[in-house]
Amino acid sequence: MKIHWNYLTAIARKDLLEVRQNRAAWLPMLIVPLIFILVLPLATIFIPPAIGATAENLTQDTDLEAFLANMPPSFKESLEGLEPVALMVKVMLGYFMAPMFLIFPIMFSTIIAAESFAGERERKTLEALLYTAASDLELFLGKVLAAMLPALGLSWGSFLLYTVVLNAAGYNLFGGLWFPLSTWWPLIFWISPGLALLGTSATVLISAKTPTFMGAYQSSASLVLVVIGFLVGQATGVLYLSVGVGMIIGLGVWVIAAVLTGVAVGSFQRSRLLVQAAN
Amino acid sequence: MTQPMLTFQHVTHHYNGHAALQDFELSTAAGEVLGLLGPNGAGKTTSVRLANGLINPSSGTIRTLGLDPIAQGDQIRAQTGVLTETPALYERLTARQNLAFFGQLMGMSAEDCRQRSQELLGYFDLTERADDRAGTYSKGMKQRLALARALLHRPRLLFLDEPTSGLDPEAAAQVHELIATLRDTQDQTVLLCTHNLFEAQRLCDRLAIMNRGRLLAVGTLDELRREVMPGLWAELRFYQPPEAAALHAVRAVSGVLQVEELDAQTWRLQAQEEAVLPQVVTALTAQAAQLTALRPNQASLEDIYFKLQSAHTEGA
Repeated sequence: MKIHWNYLTAIARKDLLEVRQNRAAWLPMLIVPLIFILVLPLATIFIPPAIGATAENLTQDTDLEAFLANMPPSFKESLEGLEPVALMVKVMLGYFMAPMFLIFPIMFSTIIAAESFAGERERKTLEALLYTAASDLELFLGKVLAAMLPALGLSWGSFLLYTVVLNAAGYNLFGGLWFPLSTWWPLIFWISPGLALLGTSATVLISAKTPTFMGAYQSSASLVLVVIGFLVGQATGVLYLSVGVGMIIGLGVWVIAAVLTGVAVGSFQRSRLLVQAAN
Repeated sequence: MTQPMLTFQHVTHHYNGHAALQDFELSTAAGEVLGLLGPNGAGKTTSVRLANGLINPSSGTIRTLGLDPIAQGDQIRAQTGVLTETPALYERLTARQNLAFFGQLMGMSAEDCRQRSQELLGYFDLTERADDRAGTYSKGMKQRLALARALLHRPRLLFLDEPTSGLDPEAAAQVHELIATLRDTQDQTVLLCTHNLFEAQRLCDRLAIMNRGRLLAVGTLDELRREVMPGLWAELRFYQPPEAAALHAVRAVSGVLQVEELDAQTWRLQAQEEAVLPQVVTALTAQAAQLTALRPNQASLEDIYFKLQSAHTEGA
């Protein structure tokens, strides 16, 4: 089957134009990254010295002690010789924050996909779209593209900015560039794209059952629980996101995303969409 | 003979356990405006969706522009234009952005789309507001923009689904004018779905009357008159209510098919032909009935429509 790429880009461009004009959609995409990229790192790096926290205060924190005690040896080695503040910064911002970054591809893709799929139905514009010459698959791919590309672009952009902030703010502390750590590469470039696709496909399926953008977004947002699971796993020492573990988790995410995408493509048919729109 | 633009042959479509269309037969010739008339739920919108491959029939055959909507829906939709019952515009986008988006999805080049949009925005008197968001438009303006969208890619076949639904009389008259212009100046083939009989009588070359998924009758207004309400109709007015004997006398005239008393001084008469009317006058004069007017008139579309609908409802 021939795919008209100009149809796909037209749909993606239109959807992004609409997202840009929906404050409920783009505001969370601005605020949440700013908290993770600027507020938390700067607070972690600058507040402890400012309030006169001593080395003992920092390293005798029971949670941090438990985290350090359960760390795999390779992680521990990377922390050897660090001053208490640098150690705390590296643990918190280098290891602890890593799974939190996976929220971005999920959040961005589900917001845009909910706006794109459920929003189209909510605003009663779907039928006109179905009367265009684009095939079912082209409509689906155009909307997936609209969700995936900005989700990945924003996630990677956030990672880049996080890298800049951490290195700039922690330059004196570490005596040079210290971020990103190797464990971040599979998270950002392997798991994140998989999660963006998973978030998009899940939202397509959820949108079929939910009549509004907000309803679809809120239901899809429960995917963030996956990330919370990684975070808790790492905090309790059950699961450390090393490079190897990251690659394996990524593979699992891609498999689930592929299955969900297959189901979503199968369900994305004009006749079904019309029935959904009527309900 | 030219190939029909659209044909339905014995088409049945089931939806949610009931038949939205039943053994439906229809054909549209090039350049004609065909009206699909019927109450809500008659199957008008279903017909448009089937013709464009949005849904598949349960049985029967459809050909739109000679193509099969089940297998060639994309090709069909590239050559048809559809005005949906609601304008379905992207209200956060401007008129120009709306047209640019739909033009691209109809396979138009950017330059062709830009030129054609400009032309249609001018034609529909929207140029001044072309860069305003569609959400700020009045209902009439939205409908005109939706019509512009339907015409953007120069469709060979245009479907208009309730084009004046929800519009005020001024906006509806404006849309009527536009459709009449399309018919008269561009030889556009149009399938007009409506339950507005005035609209249908004014704009359509042929009329197809439907109810509950069935086609009740199809033809020009004259053909429908001959089929549904044959003969000559005349209205008779009296200075004073005539005696009962006058009514018997008229009914006894050879060629008089029926006489209805509309009120005490007005009758409606159906005759086989015009030549019967002088004999009716003679009979009334013999009975000393004071006839003040006799006006031959034709059955209106409204008469035909309600006769068909009530016959169908009674038969159901």
